[in-house]
Amino acid sequence: MSKVILEVNELTTNYVTRFREKIYAVDHVSLKVEEGKSVGIAGESGCGKSTLALSLMGYYFAPLHYSSGEIIVDGRNISGMDPDDVRKTILGREISYIPQAAMNALNPTQRVINFIEDVIQAHYPKTTKKEIYELARERFELLGLPAEVLRKYPVELSGGMKQRTVIATSVILSPKVLIADEPSSALDVTSQKMVIKMIMDLMNKGIIKALIFITHELPLLYNVTDDIMVMYAGQIVERGTAEQMVFDPIHPYTRALMGSIIVPEAGLRDVKLAAIPGTPPNLKNPPSGCRFADRCKFVKPECRAISVGLRDAGEGRAYRCIIPEEDLRKAYQSEG
Amino acid sequence: MKDNTVILSGRGVTKVFGFGANKTVAVDHVDFTFRKGEIISIVGESGSGKTTLAKMLLGLVSPTEGEIYFDGELRDIRTHKKKREYWKNIQAIFQDPFSSYNIFRKVDAVLLDCIRMRGGGNLPYDEKLEMMKRACSFVNLKFEELTNKYPFELSGGQQQRLMIARIFLLSPKILLADEPTSMIDACSRATILDMLMGLRNDIGMTPIFITHDIGLAYYVSDTVYIMEHGRFVESGTADQVILNPKEAYTRRLLSDVPKLHEEWDLSTV
Ligand SMILES: Nc1ncnc2c1ncn2[C@@H]1O[C@H](COP(=O)(O)OP(=O)(O)OP(=O)(O)O)[C@@H](O)[C@H]1O
Ligand SMILES: Nc1ncnc2c1ncn2[C@@H]1O[C@H](COP(=O)(O)OP(=O)(O)OP(=O)(O)O)[C@@H](O)[C@H]1O
Ligand SMILES: [Mg+2]
Ligand SMILES: [Mg+2]
Repeated sequence: MSKVILEVNELTTNYVTRFREKIYAVDHVSLKVEEGKSVGIAGESGCGKSTLALSLMGYYFAPLHYSSGEIIVDGRNISGMDPDDVRKTILGREISYIPQAAMNALNPTQRVINFIEDVIQAHYPKTTKKEIYELARERFELLGLPAEVLRKYPVELSGGMKQRTVIATSVILSPKVLIADEPSSALDVTSQKMVIKMIMDLMNKGIIKALIFITHELPLLYNVTDDIMVMYAGQIVERGTAEQMVFDPIHPYTRALMGSIIVPEAGLRDVKLAAIPGTPPNLKNPPSGCRFADRCKFVKPECRAISVGLRDAGEGRAYRCIIPEEDLRKAYQSEG
Repeated sequence: MKDNTVILSGRGVTKVFGFGANKTVAVDHVDFTFRKGEIISIVGESGSGKTTLAKMLLGLVSPTEGEIYFDGELRDIRTHKKKREYWKNIQAIFQDPFSSYNIFRKVDAVLLDCIRMRGGGNLPYDEKLEMMKRACSFVNLKFEELTNKYPFELSGGQQQRLMIARIFLLSPKILLADEPTSMIDACSRATILDMLMGLRNDIGMTPIFITHDIGLAYYVSDTVYIMEHGRFVESGTADQVILNPKEAYTRRLLSDVPKLHEEWDLSTV
């Protein structure tokens, strides 16, 4: 087994609302990413993907609060670290995060090179502008971006170019882990492909050592990541290799997600998409049993009474369901 | 479902923005014939002119050149009154459900507006209530949970459904859906598509999907138009266009989509 770059154990974090209610958007989440590997996170809107991304950096500010669990980056435990220290020593250097819609959050009055100066000088105040320019130029060229981009303002760049610039900038300090939250969902297919190629290059050229990729686009995850985790209402409901998760899911929710994939392939028009009736539970007071029970086709009375943890299914796979794997598979078979 | 009545068509429809060195031909002499009940998709990459065309079809932007025919006649929306009449027949939903609502109107007011637009303003309140409840249950929302809420107090998925409930009440002949599902997870997308198809069957609506998701276009539509630099470069049945594309542009769009049973070749960008 190769070196573990990011390890998260039973991480639980919560939002505190205006009415002092707690919302557990990340509930006992564990994961492990080895050197050179990528993990994808999928799940319905509101299930906690972006909150997990924020939580993984160990950087908490209101209304998000750390509750319990561990985050270990390349052997270093960063859970419970002071936010100021996290900002100075972890962000950008150990872990970088590209937020959802980051490209629209660029300061329109700054040139690209100015962002890069800000990022680098926050960590290495003594670096000169000339050194920064050289470093940036070299890095941009390595990633296939023309050096002219450095002198441009965000409005002068197309959506795809803007997003690639954001990515190149966020990894300028060669962080060990990159977390990308929906980096290509707002782009057309061609720009999306360029963004993905760049992220793959970051791994292949050794600029980053591990990738966490968040998106609701399952075919994209399948093509990009080694492993996939599916979240539902703040919890991981299943994890496995991309291949297993797409073609051989165990959990009823994963199965339904995979049943709603749309790709332009012959035969697609003949299938009925698996829409799941109902909506996810409110995270203010989630049900004590299985959170998916109300929407599950295979629900049994005990599902609502007992809360199950992740069950090991061998080869690093795990699923969260009270019904054993064989029985689920039988049920799927009889469904056809 | 599809009959042969032409509901909307256009000849030489063109939109030019700016002039001189800043001139952009956003839509360039497009011809189209949309039939009643036919599901149409317009697919193209960013900047190809999809939204501009949609705005012209809606009457929000006037063409620089060309004619649009609605229900067999040259479309006339020159007065305010005629425009309002036209909008009873054609409605749109946009990508961002947020932007489609007036944030200062509560959910029930939003729905009552729709009833009023269809000329039901003077119906007794009980009857209006019944209509609102029916619209909500069509999209799997509980009306009782929504009253007195503002649209921004709903979750993304609830907002999306509310948007479809509005369309249900408005019962337009044509629905333009501009990137209706691009930020939506796969399951919610399936639910929304089911609901839109339900509307076609229930009220005989003609849906027009505008998207850069060629997979979505293939799944939902009868007829696909491929748009590049403001022109339709290829059109035909979904099977023709997607399974046997003739144009290099269409083939490129197809090859850029990540798939499940074919290698996604990243070396081509
Ligand atoms: N600032 C906040 N205060 C309170 N609750 C919040 C806050 N931000 C998010 N939440 C809640 O936390 C839950 C998880 O939200 P999150 O943004 O992580 O979801 P997501 O999986 O990233 O969804 P999407 O796919 O729409 O981006 C949701 O129920 C959301 O309403
Ligand atoms: N109001 C406007 N003024 C000037 N140019 C415009 C205007 N609206 C659109 N354009 C230009 O017209 C072209 C087509 O834009 P349009 O928004 O119709 O594309 P689209 O296919 O909808 O793209 P996207 O997938 O990004 O939504 C673009 O070059 C755009 O910059
Ligand atoms: Mg998110
Ligand atoms: Mg558009």
